[in-house]
Amino acid sequence: MPMDENEILKLIKKKLPDADVSIRDLAGDGDHYSATVVSEAFRGKTRVQQHQLVYEALEGNMGGALHALALQTSAPES
Amino acid sequence: MSEQKVHEWIGKKVATDDVVLFMKGTRQFPQCGFSSQVVQIMEYLGLEYSEVNVLDDLGIRDGIKSFTNWPTIPQLYVKGEFVGGCDIIREMFQDGELQELLTSKDISHNKQTQTA
Repeated sequence: MPMDENEILKLIKKKLPDADVSIRDLAGDGDHYSATVVSEAFRGKTRVQQHQLVYEALEGNMGGALHALALQTSAPES
Repeated sequence: MSEQKVHEWIGKKVATDDVVLFMKGTRQFPQCGFSSQVVQIMEYLGLEYSEVNVLDDLGIRDGIKSFTNWPTIPQLYVKGEFVGGCDIIREMFQDGELQELLTSKDISHNKQTQTA
């Protein structure tokens, strides 16, 4: 069962309340999105660790209900 | 194969081969756009790498995800270290960071940086 944008946003914000999140639906099928996430929680973390934080926020949906999420993550400009 | 056996197999594979790409399909016939993008970057860099088609074995397809706590395929390993999936590999390639990593690990590749 595909996910909708608001669900993705809600899950990310639940885990990363300070996050600035922008999501784009790439294919209109609820399965392929791109997301840019900016959060203080990423500071000092590798890209892999940053993306893993987002995947954790998605509570197991990544790779299942959500087939593709092209991610761009960063900490806010200091 | 049990998950533990799969993890052992994966651990040995990434420890033995310098560069390992777990992907859907093969480099000649990638069966997913993300796997295909990483293959293009590998080819562009003239990298020697071994590929594992996770579609050949569902145990590996699932086991690789729990091995690294990374939910998607493709996955690239360099000298036993998980480097990333498609997004990260593409970003690192465009920033020249992937080339730096390969150089630091003494893995020969084409030196130019080029947006894929």
